[in-house]
Order: sequence, then structure tokens, then C-alpha cells
Amino acid sequence: MTAVQDAPTQEIGRDRRRKEDQRLITGRTRWTDNITLPGMLHLAMVRSPFAHARIVSIDTEAAKAATNVVTVVTGADVADEQGALPNAWPITADQVAPSHPPIAVDRVAFAGEIVAVVVARSAADARDAAELVDVEYDELPAVLDLKSAADDETLAHPDLGTNKSAYWVFDSGEAGTGGNADKAIEQARADGIVIEREYRQQRLIPAFMEPRSVVVDPTGEQITMWSATQIPHVLRFLLAAVLGIPESKLRVVAPDVGGGFGGKLQTTPEEFIAMVLARRLGKPVKYTETRSESLVSAHHGRDQWQKLTLSAEKDGTVTALKVELLADMGAYLSLLGGGIPILGAFMYNAIYKFPAYHFACQTVLTNKTWTDAYRGAGRPEATFAIERIMDELAAELGVDPLEVREKNWIRHEEFPFTTVAGLEYDSGNYEAATERAKEMFGYDELRAEQRRRRESGDPVQLGIGISTFTEMCGWAPSKLVGQLSYGAGGWDHATVRMTGTGKVEVLTGVSPHGQGHETAFSQIVADRLGVPFDDVEVLHGDTQVSARGYDTYGSRSLVVGGEAVVRAADKVVEKAKPIAAHLLEASPDDLEFSGGRFTVRGTDQGIGIAELATAVFAAHNLPAGVEATLDSDATFDPDALSFPHGTHLCAMEVDTETGSLTMRKYVCCDDIGNIINPLIVAGQVHGGLVQGIAQALWEEAVYDESGTLVSGSFVDYLLPTAADTISFEIDHTTSPSTTNTLGTKGVGEAGTIASTPAVVNAIVDAVRHLGVNDIQMPCTPERVWKAIRSGGKGGATEGAAMPHFDPSEPGSDSTEGARE
Amino acid sequence: MTRITMTVDGAQVSDDVEPRMLLVQYLREKLGKTGTVIGCDTSNCGACTVHLDGRSVKSCNVLAVQADGAEVTTIEGLATDGQLHPVQEAFRECHGLQCGFCTPGMIMQSIDLLNENPHPTEEEIRLGLEGNLCRCTGYHNIVKAVQYAAREGASS
Repeated sequence: MTAVQDAPTQEIGRDRRRKEDQRLITGRTRWTDNITLPGMLHLAMVRSPFAHARIVSIDTEAAKAATNVVTVVTGADVADEQGALPNAWPITADQVAPSHPPIAVDRVAFAGEIVAVVVARSAADARDAAELVDVEYDELPAVLDLKSAADDETLAHPDLGTNKSAYWVFDSGEAGTGGNADKAIEQARADGIVIEREYRQQRLIPAFMEPRSVVVDPTGEQITMWSATQIPHVLRFLLAAVLGIPESKLRVVAPDVGGGFGGKLQTTPEEFIAMVLARRLGKPVKYTETRSESLVSAHHGRDQWQKLTLSAEKDGTVTALKVELLADMGAYLSLLGGGIPILGAFMYNAIYKFPAYHFACQTVLTNKTWTDAYRGAGRPEATFAIERIMDELAAELGVDPLEVREKNWIRHEEFPFTTVAGLEYDSGNYEAATERAKEMFGYDELRAEQRRRRESGDPVQLGIGISTFTEMCGWAPSKLVGQLSYGAGGWDHATVRMTGTGKVEVLTGVSPHGQGHETAFSQIVADRLGVPFDDVEVLHGDTQVSARGYDTYGSRSLVVGGEAVVRAADKVVEKAKPIAAHLLEASPDDLEFSGGRFTVRGTDQGIGIAELATAVFAAHNLPAGVEATLDSDATFDPDALSFPHGTHLCAMEVDTETGSLTMRKYVCCDDIGNIINPLIVAGQVHGGLVQGIAQALWEEAVYDESGTLVSGSFVDYLLPTAADTISFEIDHTTSPSTTNTLGTKGVGEAGTIASTPAVVNAIVDAVRHLGVNDIQMPCTPERVWKAIRSGGKGGATEGAAMPHFDPSEPGSDSTEGARE
Repeated sequence: MTRITMTVDGAQVSDDVEPRMLLVQYLREKLGKTGTVIGCDTSNCGACTVHLDGRSVKSCNVLAVQADGAEVTTIEGLATDGQLHPVQEAFRECHGLQCGFCTPGMIMQSIDLLNENPHPTEEEIRLGLEGNLCRCTGYHNIVKAVQYAAREGASS
């Protein structure tokens, strides 16, 4: 870090305005759907309206005869060449997985599955003709409810004989990381406290703003695919592996990508179909989904039932936690599939020193849209459950929820700390973050106001919600993910190139879609090489430009990809040193590098890195045996994950007469290690917070009893608007991470992971004195009102959002709700 | 096919279009004005917002033939002589965008809001942007950007 600290104007830590913005605010953008190629054909998908059905016949004659239609393709037509979509994370050796053809061949397993593809000269012609494809279905019983699915009464895939995909267990007693949870719980039943709760993680839709789009050009020697994807490198690998195309013949480009949130961490049927048909037809093809198609067919997130048992001594010291999960995979195992709930397995113990822990997860197949990563992926579920039940423990003890947390959390002097789940947390300071958050929040004053409102019987009650979260991110050490049967590595790669004019090109294997890598990585390289920020160009998202990488997800870009950039830049300096010494006629040992210049110690002689780059480009006078390049590569594979944490506090006002909710205040103090660009960090936190708040209050993918997604448009799926949200107060404490030299931790998912329980805890806190101890998410006014009026018993309210087409029975025909 | 003529970002254009063609499709497919984007199919997201005769419209909600004879301004026509519009500048200054997909519509709507109300309160800004969805920013910095633009006198 010497170079960084000595640099005259340090870039790291500056709130640099983003390099990306000039293009984006002027419309000079390259979204995949903007791409038009000569002779390009357009695809339209014919999708199943049924959740589960046998395909009896498909009549494509009328569609084929329609204006400007080139061909219509069914699953049977391409059965031998379309391959099957990959699941890259078989969580157990005996995992049950249905085969997933991109175009269904003889049976559909969810509403929205593709059964035929129309290829036409324009998108409008293709869509018109798709209406003419006549598919005869023989409807089969569909399994839609997660708990019923686990009972195997109706099968999502009859040929598999079960809906149960995999059963995955972690037990601290068996792993040697802690005691036996069952024994501790049994003990607590006799002389301590046992809290048992069941929580629902509703189904959510990532709902990135840019609909997915894919273009394939087969006319070159390398087939090029442009896709609105988070994972161009992974996609290229899997297209090659599944379709048998040599990887060297494939180029995948993620141009401007409009958001992902895990939703574009997928290899999709549409991408495979576009590749297969472009090769077949020898012409470029494009497919861009409509929003309605996106909501029904792009993967969903969450969808779990969580059963928790927490035992404690009478003073509130937790003795064990037991977690039993049911996780809905939907109709097929997606790219990461069952791995998503497993990402939560290591996080239920959170910031606490639990002595015993047992986690078991049953993944289940249903006839719904497949599920996969959605911002936080497994960790929001874990954080929600533990932060909710710690509040329940506090209520049982009659103490402030912060007090019970403090009693159980890892103290700052105890780091590094190996948890009951077997992870070593490298750094953190929960006391400091909590102290700062309380101060920002005005915790004591708000508690006093809450008391006043309770005592006066104010119809609008105030609740305070707490979430002292941690998470694991920076996915990931390859060795660790290998032990978890993850089908890929976790390293990342960077190249730093010095051009002849002394400018710097940085190639990164991580692939942004809104995060601001170009800005942040430029800041890092500017400090490292001592060059101006504007002289650095960051290139990404194209396998031909940046050949190696594992892309962007799991808050990994900076802590893994950024560290690779650091190492590549440092290698440039190492390579430059003997050349500088040669040109300065000095010994390399006498050289210092600082502020972009090599100087001879004790003299005023020196040479700048840009000047050196030009000298190397000319190569007229290099030392013997030295290559004429400063360009350097580095691959970084971290030894450990990173563990951001923070304390989030939320104040909610609940109108007890109507159930309506108002967010009064939200503050958070996150420890994400060292910060490269505080402006970008703030943006990540704000956006993350709203996605987590939206799970608590608004969003839910709702299916009707026949398996139709009724929240299948933006009219029905309730994304928050500016009018629904508030401004936030955020701050940071800093415990640098020890896993990378920058000392950074991930921040992309932190806000989403932390905020959901803070909001629900606040709502429950506002009405707990009315006998409520839980309200199922999303906490709609209707649910809040019902919980308040359920005879003082509280508990989860039932029924999901209002049905779309059945006004006679509002709220009663949903597939949701706890089973009696 | 129907013949239409309009001014788009200061240039006169004329084409034969299908009567069912949406203004946003005309802008993107016929004129190559791909700065304006499509984010949904129900007029909820506002990503396609442009100005039609000086007022903001969702261009997915206007037929191209309805814009016949009109003056259309898109995100691509805002900057003049290399100078960003103050609202564009404000979005960059306040980090009011991340992925940038909603941004063209968000900027066009913000300009319309400020034209109508040069000094809006936070609540007025939030209500004025209600028809434009953003999934990245949580709206926090978008609101700040509009406040910044108002302070800088964007509407003048």
C-alpha cells in the first residue's frame, strides 16, 4: 500500500463521479436489444399457458404460412441438438433433477415454458405468427404448494417419482464446530427458554429494468452471442460444454446490461434457443422478451418455509439453533438451484456465538417458474429468520432487543472468530456499528416516544426494528466452493496493459451491470500506477477482450476482481523496474516507485511510468533479455470469504385502525471494510435497502390455483416507486478485511440482506402489545389489520395478494399461507 | 401504411408506418434513436418517456401516427453543442443512476416535473416521478439529483 499512501492525490476513497454516466445520461448506450445486424431474423416464443401438461400436438402450418415467417421450430424438431440446460451446483450426490430441454419436447412443467419458436423477418411478424401456432395440451395435475409438494401427493415430474430433489444437512456436532443442537434444546425445555417459529420467505421476482435480450451472429469464424447477462464467461463455457461447440469458436459479449440482481445470473432457454437456431439458419437472430414474459419465465427468487427452534438459558444466552428449511426450486433446477438456500446455511448463526447449530434443507420441485439467485441469495433468508427470532427471544425475556443481541454477539476483541458453522470471520466491530447507528437514529428518544404512544393508546403506534446483520460474500475461494460441490471456481482475472502513449487499459473478468466497475477500478489503478484517473480505461464483458473470469455476482467484483487488478498493476511496476534502472543507469535496488515515477534514491533523477511505456513500445534501448512489454496478468483466488456487517434501525408507524404503514426513519451503519468510492457505495446501499424493504412490504409473486402467475405484469407485481420510499441515513465504521490487500468487503447485497428483518421487526414491535408476534411478508395493510384483530393471538396471517379475476372471494383462493 | 412527418431532436423525419406502430418503436426501429428504451408492456415503468410538444409522455403509450406533425425530444436531443442539460448533469453529479436503463425516462420526466414546478419539495418530486420505475438506486439519489437540478435552476 506504500504507493497508494504516498501518492500526491489519492484516488481511493474519493467520491469520483462515474465514468459510465456520460454515455448513459445521453442515450449513447448499447443495450443488446439495440443491436441490429444485416439479415437479422427475430424470434418469438410460444409459451405454455398451463402449469403442467402433456403436449399432444403442435400445428405450425398457419404460422409457417404467415407473412415474413422463415420457420417455426418445436422441441421435437431440435430434440437432438438443443441439449439440456445445466445445473452447476448438485448439492448432494443423489440430487434428483429433471432434464430441462430449452424447448419443451413432450411435456411442460410450468406456465411460461417455451413450446415453439417462430422465426420471422421482424419482431412484429414473429409475434403475430406466434398467435397462429396451435398447441393441443392434455392438462396434468399441477403441484403448486411447497408443503404439499414435499408430501409427494402430486408430482411435478411424474417420471421422477418424487418432488424431493435433495436433502442437505449441516450439524455442528458432526462437523466438530460445536455441540449437539437437539441435546441443548432438550435441556432448555427443562430449565431454559425454547422459541419455535415458522417464517415464510415469499416468492420474489428480480425484475431488473432491462428485459433480457440475446443476439447471435453465426456468420463469423467465431459465433458471437450478445446477451443481457451477468455472466458472459460462464455462459460461454456452458454453451460450449452443453452444445459441444468448441469454446474457441464462441465469443460472448455482455454489452450495456440494465441491472441483474442475480436475475441475470443464469444460462437461459432463450440463449440456448438463439444459439441453436442461428447456427441452423446461418443468419443472425435476435430475441428480446416482453416484460410479461420476463416475469413469468426469468427465474424467481426466495420461496422458502423456515422452521426455527432457538434455545437459551434464562438470562438470554443462546444455547442452540436448529433450522429446517423447505425450498421451492420451481419446475427445474436452475444454474445454482439448490445451492441458493445452502448459501444461507452458514449465516443463520449470524454475528452470534451460538454453541450448537443444526441446519437441514429439503429442496422441492413444483410446477412453478424456476428459482435461483436474487440479491443476497440465501443470506437474506437466514438473516431474516435469525434477526426475527432474536427479537422474539428479547420479547420472551422482556428486554430490549439490542440487549439480547449484545449478550450473544462476538465482541470486537474476539476476531478472528471461528463460528459454529465453521467459517472464520476475519474482522468486525458490532459494538461500534451499533453505537453509531443508535446515535444516528435517536434510539432512546424514539423508544420514549413509543412508550408515550402506547400509554396514551394512540391509534398510530410506533415500532422500532433492529437488524444487526452480517453476511458472507466475495464469492469465493475455489477450494471452499469445491468442498460444497459448486461446479466452478471462484478466482478472477485481470490484465493491465500499458499502451505506447502511456495510457492504461485494464481488462477485468468481472462483468458489471450498473455497479460502476469502470470508475472504481480506474481509481485503484490510478493510485497503484500513479497515473491520472482519466488515463485508465476499464474493459469488460467480452470474452474476446477479457478472456478469463467468473463474472459478477455474490458481491465479488471488488474483493476478488479488484484484487486481481491490484496484483496485475503491481506486476506492471515490477516489470518496469529493471527497464527504468537501465534507462536511468542505476541499480534496480536504488529505485523507488511513487506517484507514478521511478526515482533514484538520493538523486533528482527519475522517469515516469507513461514515459517508460513509450520507451518499451519503441524498444530501442531495453536491457538484455527483457521482453518489450509491461503488460501483466494476475489471477486472484481469495483464501476466505469477506464478512461485511452492520446495524440497521427502522422506525415504522402502524395505524392500528386501518393496518396502513408508514416508514418514519431508516438508518444504517455498515462496516464494509475500506471504501474505494463512497458515492458508489452509497448507491449500492440505498438500492439494496429498497429491495429488502420491498420484500417486507410489497413484493410477492402470486400464483392462482391453476398455476398461473397472477402478478405477471408490472401492473400486478408491486415494485416500489419514488412515492413509496423515503430517504435514508447511512454511515460506516471500518474494520478492514484481511482477505485482500485493499481491505475491502463486498457491499452489493448488504442493504438487501439487512433491511427486510429491520422493517418486519419494526412492524411487529409496534403491535406486539396487541398480541401479535408475526406478520407474514409482504406485510400488506390487510395482513397487518388482520393480525391486530385475530383475537390477540397474533401469528401469521394467511392469504396472499388479492386475486386478480375473482372479486367474490378476495384473498381466499391463494396457494399461499401456513397449513393448519 | 400511413405517412407521418415529425421533428425528432431537431431534425425533420418522414416515414410510412403501420398504424399500430408505437412511437417508441418508431424512434428505436425506424430512426435508430435507441437511447429511448422499452422496459415493460403495460405503461408502468416509464423507461420510454420522451417529450411530445414539450410535455412528457410514455412513448409506448402513443402511436407513431398520433405524433404526426409534432415535435419530439428524446434523451439524445437534450445536450446542445456538447453541453449537457442541467438535469443530465445533476444525475451524474448526484449518482442518480446505476445501470442506466431507466435513466433516459427518469431524466425526461424530471425535466417535465421541474418545468411545471421549478422548486418542488421532496414529496412533490417523489410524486412527480411515481410513473417511472428504477430498480437500482432506491430513488434516494434520483430525488437528490432533481433537488440539485432545481437549485441550479434547471427549469430556467
